[in-house]
Amino acid sequence: MQRHLISAADLTRDDAVLILDTAEEMARVADRPIKKLPTLRGRTVVNLFFEDSTRTRISFEAAEKRLSADVINFTAKGSSVSKGESLKDTAQTLEAMGVDAVVIRHGASGAPYRLATSGWIDAAVINAGDGTHQHPTQALLDAFTMRRRLVGRDAGLGRDLDGRRITIVGDVLHSRVARSNVDLLHTLGAEVTLVAPPTLLPVGVETWPCEVSYDLDSTLTKSDAVMMLRVQRERMNAAFFPTEREYSRRYGLDGDRMARMPEHAIVMHPGPMVRGMEITAEVADSDRCTVVEQVTNGVSIRMAVLYLLLGGNEPAVTHARTTEEK
Amino acid sequence: MDTQSDARPVLEGPDIARVLTRIAHEIVERAKGADDVVLLGIPTRGVFLARRLAAKLEQITERKVPVGSLDITMYRDDLRMHPPRALARTEIPGDGIDGRLVVLVDDVLFSGRTIRAALDALNDIGRPRAVQLAVLVDRGHRELPIRADYVGKNLPTSLRETVKVQLAEEDGRDTVLLGAKPATQGAQP
Repeated sequence: MQRHLISAADLTRDDAVLILDTAEEMARVADRPIKKLPTLRGRTVVNLFFEDSTRTRISFEAAEKRLSADVINFTAKGSSVSKGESLKDTAQTLEAMGVDAVVIRHGASGAPYRLATSGWIDAAVINAGDGTHQHPTQALLDAFTMRRRLVGRDAGLGRDLDGRRITIVGDVLHSRVARSNVDLLHTLGAEVTLVAPPTLLPVGVETWPCEVSYDLDSTLTKSDAVMMLRVQRERMNAAFFPTEREYSRRYGLDGDRMARMPEHAIVMHPGPMVRGMEITAEVADSDRCTVVEQVTNGVSIRMAVLYLLLGGNEPAVTHARTTEEK
Repeated sequence: MDTQSDARPVLEGPDIARVLTRIAHEIVERAKGADDVVLLGIPTRGVFLARRLAAKLEQITERKVPVGSLDITMYRDDLRMHPPRALARTEIPGDGIDGRLVVLVDDVLFSGRTIRAALDALNDIGRPRAVQLAVLVDRGHRELPIRADYVGKNLPTSLRETVKVQLAEEDGRDTVLLGAKPATQGAQP
């Protein structure tokens, strides 16, 4: 049995629903005067961040502290990694210090998998984003936000996203968020449509469990949630579209487009947003946009994942994807 | 339930109703009118018992009695000995518990470890004036210095026996069953 969270594709429907239900209870801790649970007392969690991140790192740190874990923050900048230390040596150093879990973000796809399966360390590995591969806790918090908004807080308990139509728009090619979301939302029974210019769709996208479209306007009118992705300039080394203006006219979400969405539909964004590019300020500041809510939900989801992986003598999340997916 | 097919009922539906009525009267008597009482049930069956007690208290005092639930999973002392359990709902009534008389409600009092965890959980939620404990069945075998203030039935048991409370809300009928423990299992609170 595995005890890591490397990819959203590893989660069964029951695992995912258990994490969402657990997060719903964790969310209630935030309403208390003392926002702390003793559950992970005496467990050490290392946040191993080889790539820049603000919200994910802070979110994990908040979740770890609310569960009373001892937190060690490690950023590549200013560490021995900048002196040329390998992932293996860093991992062995952490192992020698006796850590119980490693939350890792790395620029190279597959680094968390390598860490989990190499035998270098004994700790549980949680993927906080690797290259253009996966970001499973982001997908979980997105699914949590959708379930709360589209199904209901209490009505959603024990339920998945069966039949909900989710549209993911933008730079799918460079997006680990899109990959994780497609995997998880499919597991949860949602129908996912990717909308992007052909140049920003990865090779092999036709094998993913989702629809693909090049036309945003025709998809918008039948979406329950629209997730806008950031155009990742830092990962772009070629011209993927002629001009920014053309991109935002064809694939950006503005007030007019939002008005054509169904009344109950929500707008999501994993952040950081580039206002004026994929989303206008009017949309970003409207109450249909769940960006801030997603950040809050991120802490609850990460608390749930940490509790389910570390809280007992063995993980509650099985990762054994034996049952046939829906 | 297969393993408990030889279980025999020690309390039936009407007994449970009578017992809860008596406990409700005892709470009113001891709390001198029960105007600052908050009932907190411990999931799963403690919550149903707390709601039934609240209904009875409302009949007696003709006043609304706040009732909620307190999940103790995250405060258990045996968390590291089992896979993580699914969490249950903690629902604290709107006015909170500060300065109130909190009555914890559970179905079976056994080792006392659940109640210890509940006291820890309460600590993170507020500061009650006092905390009391009401249980449907006290089966003995305490492992901690904890006692109940209101007991439905004292049931002397051996450690080889199991006590199972069934309530209509969860199990379709009201009964307390005393059975023999399957040979393979260790003692569990």
